[in-house]
Amino acid sequence: MQRRVIFDNKLLPYLLLAPQVAVTLVFFIWPAAQAIWQSVHIQDAFGLRSEFVWFENFEVILRDPNYIETLKTTAIFSVSVTVLSLGVALLLAVLADSKIKGARAYKTLLIWPYALAPAVAAVLWMFIFNPEIGSLGQLLNRLGLDWDYRLNGTQAMIMVILAASWKQVAYNFIFFLAGLQAIPRSVMEAASIDGAGPVRRFWTITFPLLSPTTFFLLVVDMVYAFFETFGTIHALTHGGPGKSTETLIFRVYQDGVVNNDLGASSAQSVILMVIVIALTAVQFRFVERKVHYA
Amino acid sequence: MLTRRTLGLATAALALAAGLSSGAALAQQKTVVEFWHGLPQPLGGQLEEVVKGFNASQDKVQVNPSFKGSYPETMQAAIAAFRAGNAPHIVQMFEVGTATMLAAGPAVKPVHQLMQETGATVDPKAYIPAVSGYYSSKDGKMMALPFNSSTNIMFYNKDAFQKAGLDPNKAPATWPELIGAAKALKAAGIACPFTTSWPTWAQFEQLGAIHDTPFASQANGFGGLNAELKINAPLYVKHVQTLVDMQKEGTFRYGGRDNKPDGLFPSGECAIIHASSGLRSRIAKEATFAWGAAPLPYWPDQIKGEPKNGIIGGAAFWVMTAPKRTPAEYKAVSEFFTYLAKPEIDAKWHMDTGYVPVTFKGFELAKAEGFYEKNPGADVPAKQLTRTPTTENTMGLRLGNLPEIRNIIQEELEKAFQGQPVQQSLDTAVQRGNVVLRNFERANKN
Repeated sequence: MQRRVIFDNKLLPYLLLAPQVAVTLVFFIWPAAQAIWQSVHIQDAFGLRSEFVWFENFEVILRDPNYIETLKTTAIFSVSVTVLSLGVALLLAVLADSKIKGARAYKTLLIWPYALAPAVAAVLWMFIFNPEIGSLGQLLNRLGLDWDYRLNGTQAMIMVILAASWKQVAYNFIFFLAGLQAIPRSVMEAASIDGAGPVRRFWTITFPLLSPTTFFLLVVDMVYAFFETFGTIHALTHGGPGKSTETLIFRVYQDGVVNNDLGASSAQSVILMVIVIALTAVQFRFVERKVHYA
Repeated sequence: MLTRRTLGLATAALALAAGLSSGAALAQQKTVVEFWHGLPQPLGGQLEEVVKGFNASQDKVQVNPSFKGSYPETMQAAIAAFRAGNAPHIVQMFEVGTATMLAAGPAVKPVHQLMQETGATVDPKAYIPAVSGYYSSKDGKMMALPFNSSTNIMFYNKDAFQKAGLDPNKAPATWPELIGAAKALKAAGIACPFTTSWPTWAQFEQLGAIHDTPFASQANGFGGLNAELKINAPLYVKHVQTLVDMQKEGTFRYGGRDNKPDGLFPSGECAIIHASSGLRSRIAKEATFAWGAAPLPYWPDQIKGEPKNGIIGGAAFWVMTAPKRTPAEYKAVSEFFTYLAKPEIDAKWHMDTGYVPVTFKGFELAKAEGFYEKNPGADVPAKQLTRTPTTENTMGLRLGNLPEIRNIIQEELEKAFQGQPVQQSLDTAVQRGNVVLRNFERANKN
């Protein structure tokens, strides 16, 4: 077979690429460059005085014990959200994929939460968990559990993890379901005939064949937990009580938008960018080796 | 041949064209002033009514109000616009942003300078000192135009007081009295005897002012950018320890940051709340029980003489600069400000919204109209603000990045409620807050 260049015109490919390149330049490279510039300066809010300080902003941030705490909080939060949303979605997808009555209705219901904005979802959770007006919050207090996420850091963390995961479960569910439906029936039936039970079938056939999907979702969920859960945390706890639910992205917002400290905020964005690039690279280098692409 | 229909159409078109051109001509004559504010509904609508009143009162200036989100968002929008070279003429800025605006130097035109340049007058002495002091330079020159000011007062549930065997017409005046009342309320089966909205504003900033105790050195920051926090002094430690103890024995409930706890009072959940005087209209609308308003309590053993005046919250109007701004535009702004400073505008705004009157004459006018007889207790905020001459501890706060400091204090307060020793929490708050102040000092030194 001969591979031929489809485009005769030398300019056309570049022209077709241009919109995508322009979008990347304007919405990623340009702001990222600005963040790097800001991160080595100390500036007043109005941008009237600017001082070049080398890496002082980074130094201050990395020496701040509160920042190290925030790093730990983010690790706990992101890993929990990723594991929880992947696990629950996989379980639900396997159940919804089996031959049961009303499978279509279940599927539709499970996909719904994805259509909600994070802030709206967070408000729904607040109405459930608020100790005074929330249905579950009131119930927990009546059971003598002393539920108050405004003062109990662990409870607050559990709540934001649940709220953030719940939303991502829907997304993961769609992909897992699609992945499951792509697994050839004949393989499963052959295994059944050979005497493999449902659990063994799952671990030896379904799970390996789903691994490309799982890997893709792992990367997406990690990025989601790092960047897109801002709305959830902002609406539910504002990072409190104390700093117990403050994640890296929330602190970037807090320092940059509320506290007008652009230098510190930019230094944190740069750190955050490095962390996520590193995580993704690690995932691609080590986890992908174990992935079985059919 | 012209039919009647085409004739009609032609006339209509002509009329429309004429209307358009005269409208355009009118708009050209008028000086347009952009005004950004941060008041959500219903207050935002009421503010825009005030602007409409001004626009209708003359035909030279057109003020365009636009809502830019919450106070911090409005501040952010104004800063971003200034950086891009097209700041609004006027921006409404919350009181804790005052130091940031003052440090902005050329980005802001002080009101006294605006008045001088345009030959208009707004007399600083017409304003209640606790209000004008907050927005004045150290030598008493007005930097911004005060407009919507509030203060922190106490609301209490008279029905609950009755149930607990307390006198519903006598609010606790001191902290020991409040603690006693809270115990009685708890004994009567009330789950939440006492809570506080705005934990930092009410339990730190107001506490310091009422007891004439500094919140920060350098006259609460009025003296210079090198101020340091003083909120680990004995008064604050004793006070926070009291709240922590009350929380443990169930006579106080921490309801969250900023104004999150507001709803706990009108719903009947909590029997006493310290909250913004602006909460009044919501209580009046939602509460299904008898309620009263009273000044914030004080510690008799921590005070020399009478309790001092409380400090304000709310916002003021700042004039911003832009590269292409003309003297005519500044003149238009000063005309708008002169209008806003009128006592009748002030009194109406106060009576409509629950904000305090910011001028003495506005207060008198509301009195003369019998507003306080019809709404008993509505004069508590103004009385609390004016009850003593201001001292350097009761003028207000002039600290850079105060919103950030407030958050730090709230975080450390939450840690104290979770069991961290009070002294340690307040020491940490001071230390973290001072870092913020030093950063602000460094970024804003010339």
